Amino acid sequence: MAKKANIKKDKVKKIVIDKSKSIIDAPSGMFSDKINEPFAHEMIVSKDRSENLTPKQRKRKWKSMANYFSANSLWMLMYCTGCCAIELPQAMTSRYDMERLGMGPMATPRQADILLITGYLSLKTLRRLIYTYEQMSEPKYVVGFGPCTLNGGIYHDSHAVINQLDQYVPIDLYIAGCMPKPEAVMNGFQDLIDLIEVGEATGWKDYHARYEWYKQNQKEALGEVMIHDEFHE
Amino acid sequence: MTITITDFLVAFGVAFCGWALQTSVSGITRKTVARMQKRYGPKWYQNFRDIFKLLNKRAITHGWVYDFGVIMALAGIIGTAMFTPVANIVVFKGYDNFFVFVYLFAVGMLGMAMSASGSGNPLASIGVMRALTQMVGYEVPFMVIVLALIHVRDTSSISALVDIQQASGWNLVVMPIGTIVGFICLMGMLGKKPFDTYIAPAELASGPMVEYGGKQLGMLMIMHEIATFVEISLFVNLFLGGGSNILEFLVKYFIVYTLASYVSNVLGRFKIDQVVTFYYKIPILLALIQAGMLVIFGWGV
Ligand code: SF4
Repeated sequence: MAKKANIKKDKVKKIVIDKSKSIIDAPSGMFSDKINEPFAHEMIVSKDRSENLTPKQRKRKWKSMANYFSANSLWMLMYCTGCCAIELPQAMTSRYDMERLGMGPMATPRQADILLITGYLSLKTLRRLIYTYEQMSEPKYVVGFGPCTLNGGIYHDSHAVINQLDQYVPIDLYIAGCMPKPEAVMNGFQDLIDLIEVGEATGWKDYHARYEWYKQNQKEALGEVMIHDEFHE
Repeated sequence: MTITITDFLVAFGVAFCGWALQTSVSGITRKTVARMQKRYGPKWYQNFRDIFKLLNKRAITHGWVYDFGVIMALAGIIGTAMFTPVANIVVFKGYDNFFVFVYLFAVGMLGMAMSASGSGNPLASIGVMRALTQMVGYEVPFMVIVLALIHVRDTSSISALVDIQQASGWNLVVMPIGTIVGFICLMGMLGKKPFDTYIAPAELASGPMVEYGGKQLGMLMIMHEIATFVEISLFVNLFLGGGSNILEFLVKYFIVYTLASYVSNVLGRFKIDQVVTFYYKIPILLALIQAGMLVIFGWGV
């Protein structure tokens, strides 16, 4: 227990240092102050156009174009875990129409860009989730739905359910609500798009940078991350 | 006839413009289909965004067969598109034979099959097997129709067939039943519903594509758009009289693709055995009737 508390403190400190420039206090990108500048990437591009670019600037310009494409074509892998998943059909079909943001469901982790974690995760599911997350090709983003992913929600004292998801995989955005209404889901996706456009959704880089830390937490919760069944041997 | 370097550049231009055209047209179709379902739908250039995003992602590999197959598929399809006559642009005159298309097209498809099997995923193998089974289904009625056409017209050059049609009426009028069969087979070639058995996202996790992500998937999407361009152009040239100018060709192209997508949007999916039995019942019967009318009785020629 004491060890766990230590890890948490360590993480919070680290994140404040890492992202203090743009994010106010959440461990995710939830409260980015750049959220109201949806065309920030275009501003960067147009500013650079007239000048002679140094290699560094050229790299940045290339990156902002790349961000534009990643942000506006998000394919999601729906790995539905908890009850929040029930709000996704409405967000996908005619009423809220997620396709107008360029989003759509995809069949396999290899093709997907975002992983939606819709609610509580049992330990057994967490193993599969980690496998799935590691199969996705980068850049990749994770969205957590509801308090269950944030602090355990109404399952906070269950023996079979993990409480803080961002100890095991990096989360780029949380969507509030138990369960979040389709409006909140759509709003959350729009926020994610804005974050990606300005290059703030860097959870996957964090996973590289602090791989040891994530692995340690995963081992602590699961004992062993490997899955032993007929599909994984 | 000598082939110069300019010819190659023009031919490459045809393939590139075909890709851009088909990507835009399928984007517009996505939009109109969305409107039919009372949605807003994505921007018309969404498919371009998807492709560039995929090319921009990091790629993994499952071995050299997997990588090489993707390149072979893309190259095979670009090669096929270079021979496609578009309106009055026929780049390699005298080589735009129907059988050239049949053989070159197979290179691309086999590349894809090889690569998908090379990924080692069982779902990919099932998808490839289904795609080949479906090919056995639609090739037979299509070939019956086209061979009958080639027999009565005495040429297998696509541009010559187009010229004959512009002089003496479209094949849509000459052989209406054959055109219907051709359209049903076109749906099978495009993998539109009800013939999308081999992709089947909910059942096979998108079949041959199951292991693709990142750059390889982007290349396969480009390949898919060019393949669609070749198939629809072939249909327009064989049955709708090609085009005397680019605009006419584009209008026909747009109508055929949009019609195919709309039909596909109101239908469900066949099972693979239903696909084959369907093709071997109705289209093949109609194709034989049409071939008999053309070859034995000479009606409409
Ligand atoms: S947040 Fe609420 S709705 Fe979502 S999984 Fe947890 S309990 Fe269910």
